[in-house]
Amino acid sequence: MNLRRRYLRDRLMMVGLALGTLLVLLPLLFILAHVFIEGIGALNWNFFTKPPKPPGESGGGMLPAIVGTFYIDLMALAMGGLLGLGGGVLMAEYPDHPINRPLRLVANVLGGVPAILMGLFAFVVVVEPLGGFSAFSGAVALAVLMIPIIMRSTEEVLKLLPWELREAGLALGLPRWRVTLSLILPAAKGGIITGLLLALARAAGEAAPLLFTAFGNQFLSFDPLGPMDSLPLKIYVYAISPYEDWVKQAWGAALLLALLLMLTNFLARRAMRKR
Amino acid sequence: MRIYGRLGDRLFSAFLLALGLAVLFIAGLLAWELWLGGRQAFATFGFFPFARGTAWDAVKGNFGAWPFIVGTVITSAAALALSFLPSLAAAIVIAEYTPRWLGEIVAYLVDLLAALPSVVYGLWGIFVLVPLVRDHLEMPLFLWAGEHAPGLLGALGAPIGTGMLAAVLVLSLMIIPYSSALARDAIRLVPREQREAMYALGATRWEVVRRVVLPYARGGIFAGMVLALARAIGETMAVTMLIGNSAKLPYSVFGPAATMSSVIANEFTEADGGLHLSSLVAVGFLLLLLSLLVNLAAEFMLRRMAVGEGRK
Repeated sequence: MNLRRRYLRDRLMMVGLALGTLLVLLPLLFILAHVFIEGIGALNWNFFTKPPKPPGESGGGMLPAIVGTFYIDLMALAMGGLLGLGGGVLMAEYPDHPINRPLRLVANVLGGVPAILMGLFAFVVVVEPLGGFSAFSGAVALAVLMIPIIMRSTEEVLKLLPWELREAGLALGLPRWRVTLSLILPAAKGGIITGLLLALARAAGEAAPLLFTAFGNQFLSFDPLGPMDSLPLKIYVYAISPYEDWVKQAWGAALLLALLLMLTNFLARRAMRKR
Repeated sequence: MRIYGRLGDRLFSAFLLALGLAVLFIAGLLAWELWLGGRQAFATFGFFPFARGTAWDAVKGNFGAWPFIVGTVITSAAALALSFLPSLAAAIVIAEYTPRWLGEIVAYLVDLLAALPSVVYGLWGIFVLVPLVRDHLEMPLFLWAGEHAPGLLGALGAPIGTGMLAAVLVLSLMIIPYSSALARDAIRLVPREQREAMYALGATRWEVVRRVVLPYARGGIFAGMVLALARAIGETMAVTMLIGNSAKLPYSVFGPAATMSSVIANEFTEADGGLHLSSLVAVGFLLLLLSLLVNLAAEFMLRRMAVGEGRK
């Protein structure tokens, strides 16, 4: 191959790579623009303050779904956060604990289990014994989804801290639990919060685990043992409905949810940078 | 101050151990409960006859998971094939061709694809992609086939928009960030000296990418592909909203189909009768097995072909 052909090939490949990248970015921008344009019109006072109206009547809103999203997701974060942090601390601070090998395997494997199976699981172990759909069962499903994410991020962050930090604490006569709680966790605070927020963002966008656990509810509810609505669920139900007003509200909910998730992701990134 | 002595440490590690064991217990329980829930279906039809059965008839009470297994495998493999080159191109552009600030922006945008919820993709798919695909891709192809290659019509299916093609297109978009991120990390780990040695020999940029960067980073690239495949297999909402949900073999390119996750999402709340419910949970158990298999393969590849460790 002579030099000119090699240069030509170099240029062609560069164009090809740029086109490939555009093929990734253009649909994304297209989707974002579409969600924004269609959604912004639906975001009004009623949207945030009213419960849904029956089809055909306008003026309904998303209040139960908005409240339910926060309610279920925070409940899930409390459960998943505790278990995930515990597992992560165990793996990082007690490196030769015999339970670590299976725990790490489970963290990897559970992270790849499809989200809808978490819903099936919560249905079988919570919904069936309790006898009905409930916000709590939805939170259980999302918590199982969060556990591996939090566990892995916690372990990674803690392992970045130098062992000298722990040794310094031990040399001062602190017991190990005090070293972990007062030295290690505060030092890794930023990274741990990042992991928690990323897990929250991941779970908050999922509708599949909630389909047959939280189920959805037309009315504002704070009962953890009763069915509850959530934004992803509402988007799904409204998107496949034949009513124009509902579809419009689905776009509004999609915009709101996307904004919330982007905000959470942004905060997660910032928490990592600021230690 | 006993709490500062051995007692405190014992309590603390026992607490952590309890949390760790709880995680293990939950993971075990998940697999066990899915098996238990699907047992009735497995007992009625037999494990392999159920997996290979092609009938899915709630009225007659005859269930087989094969149409969904085929649907899952076809849609995710097609989505992976479609998304592979663009996602690799994006990874190369981010890591090799752009200045750092621009690369960061592009990387952020690609990651944003993963941050958008599945239902939003589904919503966009129903109202934007499906009409677009129907009017500008399926109709012309269908009409062309009708005139020039009538033999193809059966394989193409009715050009109604919702169906396998729309689902695959959205799916391929959704899995791009997963393969792209791993490929990007692997490419960034290629030592600078390797590139410089190649440049010193007079290589062009593409030749450096082709001969040095890609071979060196292949472990991460392949692992990313397998991970993206795993995502595609488990993806539920967008697929359910777009694929048309038909529990029949054989599939056509445009026509409706169903995947393992979409049939669960679609029928679970409407299932009456223990056998129907049990069959859906059994499909979930098979889905669990399939996704475990793919994820373990990715794990194995990452470890085996990890950059820096070489082949063992």
